[in-house]
Amino acid sequence: MLITCPYCGPRDVSEYTYQGDGNRTRPDPASTDQEVWNAYVYDRLNPAGEHHEIWQHSGGCRAHLAVTRNTLTHVVSSVSFARDAGHKKSDSRRKTGAKA
Amino acid sequence: MVEQESPLKPVWKPGTRGNFSDGVGVYLSETAPGSIVQLAAWHGEEKAIIAAIKKVAGLTLPDGAGGGAATGTKAAFGFAPGKFLVVDEQEGLVAAFAKSVKTETGTVTDLSHGRTAIRITGPKAEWVLAKFFAIDFSLTAFPVGAGRSTVHHDIFAQIQRSAPTQFDVYVFRSFARSFWTALCHASEEVGYEVK
Repeated sequence: MLITCPYCGPRDVSEYTYQGDGNRTRPDPASTDQEVWNAYVYDRLNPAGEHHEIWQHSGGCRAHLAVTRNTLTHVVSSVSFARDAGHKKSDSRRKTGAKA
Repeated sequence: MVEQESPLKPVWKPGTRGNFSDGVGVYLSETAPGSIVQLAAWHGEEKAIIAAIKKVAGLTLPDGAGGGAATGTKAAFGFAPGKFLVVDEQEGLVAAFAKSVKTETGTVTDLSHGRTAIRITGPKAEWVLAKFFAIDFSLTAFPVGAGRSTVHHDIFAQIQRSAPTQFDVYVFRSFARSFWTALCHASEEVGYEVK
Protein backbone atom coordinates (compact mmCIF):
# COMPACT_ATOMS: atom_id res chain seq x y z
CA MET A 1 0.00 0.00 0.00
CA LEU A 2 1.34 3.42 -0.99
CA ILE A 3 0.36 6.71 0.60
CA THR A 4 1.26 9.85 -1.33
CA CYS A 5 2.54 12.32 1.24
CA PRO A 6 1.80 15.92 0.16
CA TYR A 7 5.40 16.80 1.00
CA CYS A 8 7.47 13.68 0.24
CA GLY A 9 5.50 12.03 -2.56
CA PRO A 10 4.50 8.35 -2.80
CA ARG A 11 5.99 6.25 0.00
CA ASP A 12 5.51 2.75 1.29
CA VAL A 13 3.05 2.25 4.14
CA SER A 14 5.91 1.05 6.36
CA GLU A 15 7.05 4.68 6.64
CA TYR A 16 3.71 5.66 8.18
CA THR A 17 2.11 5.23 11.58
CA TYR A 18 -1.64 4.89 11.95
CA GLN A 19 -3.00 7.53 14.31
CA GLY A 20 -6.60 6.43 14.40
CA ASP A 21 -10.05 7.32 13.19
CA GLY A 22 -10.22 10.75 11.56
CA ASN A 23 -13.95 11.21 12.19
CA ARG A 24 -13.67 11.83 15.89
CA THR A 25 -14.12 15.28 17.36
CA ARG A 26 -12.92 15.71 20.91
CA PRO A 27 -15.74 16.94 23.15
CA ASP A 28 -15.36 20.15 25.11
CA PRO A 29 -12.85 19.24 27.85
CA ALA A 30 -15.17 20.84 30.38
CA SER A 31 -18.00 18.55 29.38
CA THR A 32 -19.17 16.00 31.95
CA ASP A 33 -21.58 14.32 29.55
CA GLN A 34 -20.68 10.64 29.95
CA GLU A 35 -22.42 9.59 26.76
CA VAL A 36 -20.48 12.09 24.67
CA TRP A 37 -17.17 10.95 26.12
CA ASN A 38 -18.14 7.31 25.79
CA ALA A 39 -18.92 7.87 22.12
CA TYR A 40 -15.64 9.71 21.58
CA VAL A 41 -13.57 6.95 23.14
CA TYR A 42 -15.41 3.82 21.98
CA ASP A 43 -17.82 4.39 19.10
CA ARG A 44 -16.39 3.74 15.68
CA LEU A 45 -18.07 3.65 12.29
CA ASN A 46 -16.10 0.63 11.09
CA PRO A 47 -17.24 1.12 7.49
CA ALA A 48 -16.71 -1.37 4.69
CA GLY A 49 -15.52 1.23 2.19
CA GLU A 50 -14.24 4.80 2.37
CA HIS A 51 -12.84 5.67 5.78
CA HIS A 52 -11.35 8.89 7.13
CA GLU A 53 -8.12 8.24 8.99
CA ILE A 54 -5.20 10.10 10.50
CA TRP A 55 -1.72 8.86 9.61
CA GLN A 56 1.68 10.23 10.52
CA HIS A 57 4.57 10.10 8.09
CA SER A 58 6.81 9.04 10.98
CA GLY A 59 9.54 7.67 8.70
CA GLY A 60 9.71 10.80 6.61
CA CYS A 61 8.65 14.41 7.13
CA ARG A 62 6.76 13.48 10.32
CA ALA A 63 3.67 15.44 9.26
CA HIS A 64 0.23 14.30 10.36
CA LEU A 65 -2.00 13.52 7.41
CA ALA A 66 -5.72 13.25 6.83
CA VAL A 67 -6.12 10.16 4.63
CA THR A 68 -9.22 8.68 3.02
CA ARG A 69 -8.69 4.95 2.58
CA ASN A 70 -11.03 2.30 1.27
CA THR A 71 -11.04 -0.47 3.87
CA LEU A 72 -12.02 -3.07 1.26
CA THR A 73 -9.45 -2.26 -1.43
CA HIS A 74 -6.82 -0.15 0.39
CA VAL A 75 -7.18 2.48 -2.33
CA VAL A 76 -6.11 5.82 -0.87
CA SER A 77 -8.36 8.39 -2.53
CA SER A 78 -7.17 11.56 -0.81
CA VAL A 79 -4.31 12.78 1.35
CA SER A 80 -3.86 16.23 2.86
CA PHE A 81 -2.07 17.80 5.79
CA ALA A 82 -4.18 17.27 8.90
CA ARG A 83 -3.37 20.81 10.06
CA ASP A 84 -4.73 22.43 6.90
CA ALA A 85 -8.06 20.80 6.35
CA GLY A 86 -8.46 17.59 8.20
CA HIS A 87 -11.53 15.59 7.49
CA LYS A 88 -14.89 17.15 7.08
CA LYS A 89 -17.27 15.97 9.70
CA SER A 90 -18.82 12.77 8.56
CA ASP A 91 -22.58 12.92 8.16
CA SER A 92 -22.84 9.20 8.51
CA ARG A 93 -21.62 9.18 12.09
CA ARG A 94 -24.27 7.63 14.23
CA LYS A 95 -25.76 9.69 17.00
CA THR A 96 -24.68 9.16 20.57
CA GLY A 97 -26.58 6.28 22.12
CA ALA A 98 -28.18 5.22 18.84
CA LYS A 99 -28.28 1.53 18.03
CA ALA A 100 -25.74 0.40 15.47
CA MET B 1 34.42 23.40 21.03
CA VAL B 2 34.90 19.81 22.11
CA GLU B 3 36.80 17.68 19.63
CA GLN B 4 34.37 15.21 18.06
CA GLU B 5 35.20 11.54 17.91
CA SER B 6 33.74 9.67 14.96
CA PRO B 7 31.28 6.89 15.84
CA LEU B 8 32.69 5.02 12.82
CA LYS B 9 36.19 4.81 14.29
CA PRO B 10 36.01 1.16 15.46
CA VAL B 11 34.87 -0.05 12.02
CA TRP B 12 36.78 2.42 9.87
CA LYS B 13 38.93 0.52 7.36
CA PRO B 14 40.32 2.71 4.57
CA GLY B 15 41.07 0.97 1.29
CA THR B 16 39.27 -0.87 -1.46
CA ARG B 17 37.11 -3.98 -1.14
CA GLY B 18 34.59 -5.99 -3.07
CA ASN B 19 34.02 -6.79 -6.71
CA PHE B 20 36.04 -4.55 -9.05
CA SER B 21 35.22 -6.22 -12.36
CA ASP B 22 33.73 -2.88 -13.52
CA GLY B 23 36.06 -0.59 -11.55
CA VAL B 24 35.25 1.16 -8.28
CA GLY B 25 31.46 1.54 -8.04
CA VAL B 26 31.25 3.85 -5.03
CA TYR B 27 33.48 5.85 -2.73
CA LEU B 28 32.38 6.01 0.89
CA SER B 29 33.51 8.69 3.32
CA GLU B 30 32.49 10.60 6.41
CA THR B 31 32.32 14.34 5.83
CA ALA B 32 32.34 15.24 9.56
CA PRO B 33 30.97 18.77 9.17
CA GLY B 34 31.61 21.30 11.95
CA SER B 35 27.98 22.42 12.07
CA ILE B 36 24.68 20.66 11.46
CA VAL B 37 21.71 22.84 12.30
CA GLN B 38 17.99 22.16 12.10
CA LEU B 39 15.71 25.13 11.50
CA ALA B 40 11.97 24.95 11.99
CA ALA B 41 9.59 27.71 10.95
CA TRP B 42 6.37 28.44 12.76
CA HIS B 43 3.32 28.10 10.56
CA GLY B 44 3.52 30.72 7.78
CA GLU B 45 7.10 31.78 8.56
CA GLU B 46 8.81 29.49 6.05
CA LYS B 47 9.88 32.34 3.75
CA ALA B 48 11.57 34.13 6.66
CA ILE B 49 13.62 31.00 7.43
CA ILE B 50 14.60 30.62 3.76
CA ALA B 51 15.70 34.29 3.86
CA ALA B 52 17.73 33.63 7.02
CA ILE B 53 19.48 30.67 5.32
CA LYS B 54 20.38 32.94 2.44
CA LYS B 55 21.68 35.63 4.78
CA VAL B 56 23.67 33.39 7.11
CA ALA B 57 24.83 30.55 4.87
CA GLY B 58 24.64 32.30 1.50
CA LEU B 59 22.55 29.49 0.00
CA THR B 60 19.48 30.20 -2.10
CA LEU B 61 16.88 27.48 -1.65
CA PRO B 62 14.36 26.85 -4.42
CA ASP B 63 10.69 26.84 -3.52
CA GLY B 64 8.95 23.56 -3.03
CA ALA B 65 9.14 20.37 -1.03
CA GLY B 66 12.64 19.06 -0.43
CA GLY B 67 14.31 21.97 -2.24
CA GLY B 68 17.95 22.54 -1.42
CA ALA B 69 21.35 23.76 -2.48
CA ALA B 70 24.91 22.57 -1.94
CA THR B 71 28.36 24.06 -2.41
CA GLY B 72 31.71 22.51 -1.61
CA THR B 73 31.58 23.63 2.02
CA LYS B 74 27.93 24.34 2.81
CA ALA B 75 24.60 22.68 2.18
CA ALA B 76 20.95 23.22 3.04
CA PHE B 77 17.71 21.46 2.19
CA GLY B 78 14.12 21.15 3.28
CA PHE B 79 13.23 17.77 4.77
CA ALA B 80 9.72 18.45 6.10
CA PRO B 81 7.11 21.21 5.85
CA GLY B 82 8.79 24.34 7.25
CA LYS B 83 11.88 22.44 8.39
CA PHE B 84 15.40 22.67 7.05
CA LEU B 85 18.80 21.15 7.68
CA VAL B 86 21.80 23.45 7.19
CA VAL B 87 25.32 22.08 7.18
CA ASP B 88 28.67 23.86 7.23
CA GLU B 89 32.21 22.53 7.16
CA GLN B 90 33.04 25.14 9.80
CA GLU B 91 31.76 25.36 13.36
CA GLY B 92 29.73 28.30 14.58
CA LEU B 93 26.65 28.09 12.35
CA VAL B 94 24.31 27.72 15.33
CA ALA B 95 25.43 30.98 16.91
CA ALA B 96 24.97 32.79 13.59
CA PHE B 97 21.43 31.43 13.13
CA ALA B 98 20.51 32.08 16.75
CA LYS B 99 21.18 35.75 16.04
CA SER B 100 19.25 35.99 12.79
CA VAL B 101 16.25 33.71 13.48
CA LYS B 102 13.91 35.46 15.89
CA THR B 103 11.82 33.59 18.44
CA GLU B 104 8.62 34.54 16.60
CA THR B 105 9.98 33.15 13.30
CA GLY B 106 11.08 29.69 14.34
CA THR B 107 13.55 27.54 16.20
CA VAL B 108 17.24 26.68 15.82
CA THR B 109 18.48 23.28 17.00
CA ASP B 110 22.13 22.30 17.09
CA LEU B 111 22.57 18.74 15.77
CA SER B 112 26.31 18.99 15.08
CA HIS B 113 27.13 16.16 17.48
CA GLY B 114 23.85 14.33 17.01
CA ARG B 115 24.11 13.40 13.34
CA THR B 116 26.75 11.59 11.35
CA ALA B 117 27.21 12.64 7.74
CA ILE B 118 28.11 9.84 5.35
CA ARG B 119 29.01 10.63 1.76
CA ILE B 120 28.46 8.11 -1.00
CA THR B 121 29.77 9.07 -4.39
CA GLY B 122 30.50 7.32 -7.66
CA PRO B 123 28.77 5.84 -10.70
CA LYS B 124 26.90 3.22 -8.63
CA ALA B 125 25.80 5.52 -5.78
CA GLU B 126 22.16 5.54 -6.95
CA TRP B 127 22.18 1.77 -7.28
CA VAL B 128 23.57 1.14 -3.79
CA LEU B 129 21.24 3.63 -2.07
CA ALA B 130 18.23 2.20 -3.91
CA LYS B 131 18.94 -1.07 -2.08
CA PHE B 132 18.38 0.73 1.23
CA PHE B 133 15.63 3.23 0.60
CA ALA B 134 12.34 2.86 -1.25
CA ILE B 135 12.53 6.22 -3.02
CA ASP B 136 13.32 7.29 -6.58
CA PHE B 137 17.01 8.23 -6.86
CA SER B 138 16.94 9.13 -10.58
CA LEU B 139 18.25 12.60 -11.39
CA THR B 140 14.86 13.77 -12.67
CA ALA B 141 12.96 12.74 -9.55
CA PHE B 142 15.75 13.68 -7.15
CA PRO B 143 17.59 16.70 -8.57
CA VAL B 144 20.95 18.03 -7.40
CA GLY B 145 20.61 19.95 -4.13
CA ALA B 146 17.29 18.36 -3.19
CA GLY B 147 16.74 16.60 0.13
CA ARG B 148 14.60 13.63 1.15
CA SER B 149 13.75 12.13 4.51
CA THR B 150 13.11 8.43 4.68
CA VAL B 151 13.97 5.34 6.71
CA HIS B 152 15.99 2.17 6.33
CA HIS B 153 14.01 -0.05 8.69
CA ASP B 154 14.27 1.96 11.92
CA ILE B 155 17.22 4.08 10.86
CA PHE B 156 15.87 7.51 10.02
CA ALA B 157 17.90 9.18 7.28
CA GLN B 158 17.99 12.57 5.65
CA ILE B 159 19.53 12.40 2.21
CA GLN B 160 20.77 15.22 0.01
CA ARG B 161 22.00 14.88 -3.53
CA SER B 162 24.99 17.22 -3.42
CA ALA B 163 26.21 16.42 -6.96
CA PRO B 164 24.88 14.30 -9.86
CA THR B 165 26.55 11.13 -8.56
CA GLN B 166 27.03 12.15 -4.93
CA PHE B 167 24.71 11.79 -1.94
CA ASP B 168 25.14 12.89 1.67
CA VAL B 169 23.23 10.75 4.15
CA TYR B 170 22.60 12.16 7.63
CA VAL B 171 21.81 9.50 10.22
CA PHE B 172 21.52 9.58 13.99
CA ARG B 173 24.97 9.25 15.52
CA SER B 174 23.90 6.24 17.58
CA PHE B 175 22.84 4.38 14.42
CA ALA B 176 25.80 5.50 12.30
CA ARG B 177 28.11 2.53 12.92
CA SER B 178 25.38 0.03 12.16
CA PHE B 179 24.34 1.90 9.02
CA TRP B 180 27.94 2.27 7.85
CA THR B 181 28.56 -1.45 8.26
CA ALA B 182 25.43 -2.27 6.26
CA LEU B 183 26.46 0.29 3.62
CA CYS B 184 29.87 -1.37 3.24
CA HIS B 185 28.25 -4.79 2.83
CA ALA B 186 25.81 -3.44 0.24
CA SER B 187 28.66 -1.78 -1.66
CA GLU B 188 30.77 -4.94 -1.98
CA GLU B 189 28.73 -5.96 -5.00
CA VAL B 190 29.94 -2.94 -7.01
CA GLY B 191 33.37 -2.53 -5.41
CA TYR B 192 33.96 0.30 -2.96
CA GLU B 193 36.71 2.45 -1.59
CA VAL B 194 36.68 3.97 1.88
CA LYS B 195 38.55 7.25 1.98
